[in-house]
Amino acid sequence: MSPSVRLQEMIRVIRSARTQGEERGVIQRECAAIRAQFRQADNGGRSHNLAKLLYVHMLGYPAHFGQMECVRLIASPRYNEKRVGYLGAMMLLDENQDASLLITNSIKNDLAHSSQYVQSLALCTLACMGSAEMCRDLAPEIDRLLRASSSYIKKKATLCAVHIVRKVPELGELFTPAARALLAEKNHGVLHGAVILITELCERNAQTLVQFREAVPELVHIMRGLVTSGYSPEHTVAGISDPFLQVRILRLLRILGRNNDTASDAMNDLLAQVATNTDSSKTAGSAVLYETVLTVMDIKSESGLRVLAVNILGRFLLNNDRNIRYISMTSLQKIVSTDHNAVQRHRGTIVDCLKDQDASVKRRALELSLALVSAINIRSMMKELLLFLSTCPPELKSHAASGIFNAAERYSPSQRWHIDTILHVLITAGADVRDETVPNLIQLITNASQLHCYTVHKLYRALVADISQQPLVQVACWCIGEYGDSLLQGDCEETEPIQVTEDDILDALETVLQSHMSSPATRGFALTATMKLSTRITENVDRIRSIVSIYGSCMDVELQQRAVEYNALFKKYDHMRAAVLEKMPVMDRSSMGQTNGESGGGGVQELEPTKPKQPEMMVAPQPASQVCDLLDLLSDPEEPSLPGGPLGPGGAPLGPAGLMSGSAGGDLLYLLGGLELTPTPTPATAPAAVTVYDKSGVVLKLSCERPLDASQTITLTATNTSDHDVSSLTLQAAVPKNVQLQMKAPSGDSLPARSSAVVTQTVLLNNPNKVSLKMRVRLSYTSQGSPFQDTVQIDSFPTPGL
Amino acid sequence: MRFMLLFSRQGKLRLQKWYVPLGDQEKRRLGRELVQTILGRKAKMCSFLEWRDLKVVYKRYASLYFCCAIEEQDNELITLEVIHRYVELLDKYFGSVCELDIIFNFEKAYFILDEFLLGGEAQETSKKSVLKAIEQADQLQEVRAVYLPRPLIPLISQAF
Repeated sequence: MSPSVRLQEMIRVIRSARTQGEERGVIQRECAAIRAQFRQADNGGRSHNLAKLLYVHMLGYPAHFGQMECVRLIASPRYNEKRVGYLGAMMLLDENQDASLLITNSIKNDLAHSSQYVQSLALCTLACMGSAEMCRDLAPEIDRLLRASSSYIKKKATLCAVHIVRKVPELGELFTPAARALLAEKNHGVLHGAVILITELCERNAQTLVQFREAVPELVHIMRGLVTSGYSPEHTVAGISDPFLQVRILRLLRILGRNNDTASDAMNDLLAQVATNTDSSKTAGSAVLYETVLTVMDIKSESGLRVLAVNILGRFLLNNDRNIRYISMTSLQKIVSTDHNAVQRHRGTIVDCLKDQDASVKRRALELSLALVSAINIRSMMKELLLFLSTCPPELKSHAASGIFNAAERYSPSQRWHIDTILHVLITAGADVRDETVPNLIQLITNASQLHCYTVHKLYRALVADISQQPLVQVACWCIGEYGDSLLQGDCEETEPIQVTEDDILDALETVLQSHMSSPATRGFALTATMKLSTRITENVDRIRSIVSIYGSCMDVELQQRAVEYNALFKKYDHMRAAVLEKMPVMDRSSMGQTNGESGGGGVQELEPTKPKQPEMMVAPQPASQVCDLLDLLSDPEEPSLPGGPLGPGGAPLGPAGLMSGSAGGDLLYLLGGLELTPTPTPATAPAAVTVYDKSGVVLKLSCERPLDASQTITLTATNTSDHDVSSLTLQAAVPKNVQLQMKAPSGDSLPARSSAVVTQTVLLNNPNKVSLKMRVRLSYTSQGSPFQDTVQIDSFPTPGL
Repeated sequence: MRFMLLFSRQGKLRLQKWYVPLGDQEKRRLGRELVQTILGRKAKMCSFLEWRDLKVVYKRYASLYFCCAIEEQDNELITLEVIHRYVELLDKYFGSVCELDIIFNFEKAYFILDEFLLGGEAQETSKKSVLKAIEQADQLQEVRAVYLPRPLIPLISQAF
């Protein structure tokens, strides 16, 4: 039986195994036999055994015991054994294996072999899996082969050099002279390899790039020869003369012409010629045209040529072949920012591609459509985009929704249109919108005061229809709470009048409250809306009262807190209820949260839009890591000087270095502070301190350093007016989302009795989005042996004194 | 090109050529995932996809999928041509090639691939030259394959 059939026999046996277990058994037997054969002396069947092993390896079974056999076979004088040996090396050995170094010598010998097929094996293996050391070792050999050998070997040596340059870029200099000479070759294979080599060299080395710019005329000449000259059957594919070489030359021209006027000028004519003459009915032609377009857009081409390129892309868009449409949209995406008008011309086709079956094409079309939206076409584009949103695959929904919002924000022709659009998105893709959408929409609605009636009617209808989309439900609840009276009036000029009774509204809100689909945040919205309605409606106030009191014992802490507070509003503070639940003023997104300094009641109402945001809790960072900051604290001249010295007893734990400098600095300041006999009058620029907390003798004051803009410094000062010492004082602060908080190390943590010393802590706030600024501060301390904890909400920040 | 995979409709690997250094485990994992991704695509979908950080070009010929992972700057359309050229070479060599040919003569499929691509790039753009080189290399080998199964479904005529 000839050995080759043995291999095929084994394959047949393995394939006929009916179960995985049976296959494993067969393979184990074969592997054992192969291992035994490897251990024997040369018996003429080595190559076939290795081939069998390679088949087994391809099926996914381990074959590392064949590595040494590969090394042995490579060193064999017989060609068939070398061939399989090298194949095994490429499959089983990679540069991470130790055995790969062992074949370096064999490769070196084979590179100088008399038979070019043996040389080609060595070159192929080196180019496939050569490690950096192997490349360094063998680079001179490759260079020699590049200069003097048959074209068969030259083309392989060139690609081997490409691999070497990719692995060890410094060796590029070695190959540069040879590469330059190779451009004069006539053989297409060698030329192709040479162009790739030059591309690699130019991409990695700027000087080489400059050097090869001189070769542009030569490349143009070669390219022109390919495009215009006669028919060469050997290299022609679908009527295009050697498209592989053409594409490669175009890519090299792109790199050479980039940012360089002379080179770009030299290739202008050629590119125009290729662009107009290439027949793109088959893939080969389209490939060449595609590369041409990429080159034209990347170099400094004249505008006529650019228009031509964009038109080619437009033609591609109409092609029946989906691949070509995809390619053209990818390219259009790259140029939409620079050649916006040119791409706009093809907007219609791009929008049609939104309806394509293929998900990748849809994605490209979506990105391109969003980039093409402008003030002029916003209405029609939005129609298409909204249609797309309702039918698009789920992975694209959130991208589409956020894109639509951005576009609507930038180009909406009217407020009503804007609100309509957002509502539409919320109804179709409510689950996929971002969190900021709800407060943004609410802010938009409050600003459009003439549309309140219209908006609330629309939202009510949407709410009644479907309560599963959380953002929509939240906005709807909020609006109904605010503008419920408009809803009850029933007539609105912009939409169909419907008859809504108070019970209907309360039913709707109650459904939201009780539904399992509502998230806790939504429930919060609904409860507050219900409460607000108590001032807007006249008859069912009792119903509201009962709803609110039920939730007073709700499991959800947030709802419970709200319900209890609202209950309190009904009972003790009924006189304040109307004022508290007034309509909200127009919110300006960019204004700071300069509230009117109301008490907690007003704070409840103003807090709503931010309630869904989770306040960030930031624990005061370990003082050990804030050594420098502590020193800053001490050296800050704006610190309001405090009676009795700036530092309490240095109770704050510091790193050893910090301790020294901290206390040293402190002592210094204490000395300075102690020289003052009277409490130092605060400097003119020191801000006024506002008492924000005063309970059981512990007083917390707050002062702001700078005017209320994006970033400011707040100082919290704690004093103890009681008769007992307070120790282990810690302050923690929470701010709304999007505000950044940094708490510096406190000056200390104990407050001796009767205000003999104070503790200060600086808080840095950064409010880039200018949301309304609030802070919740939690104090924890120990007094008379028992721990206390309390929280205070700060809604208004004092303006700094002028 | 980073790597080329040939696999059947059931996901069985028929040929794999890796031009990047990766461990065995890594190669198997990548291969498996990519095969699953491509098999999950529908018939008329685009031949190009972006998978992880790679561009993948694939085409189905009868029962075999030919899949290449290329670099960011590479031209996808010309890669389709490369794939087609390889199939043509196989077809010329085996005479109306089908999947079984590649299964039973996998080492020859590799030899042909190595004569066409080197280090991930096309080394010879003329079909004739590649075939001539393979023929001459085969003659150097003393052992000849004696029996090739009859082709069942030629790959070329059913190219999608």
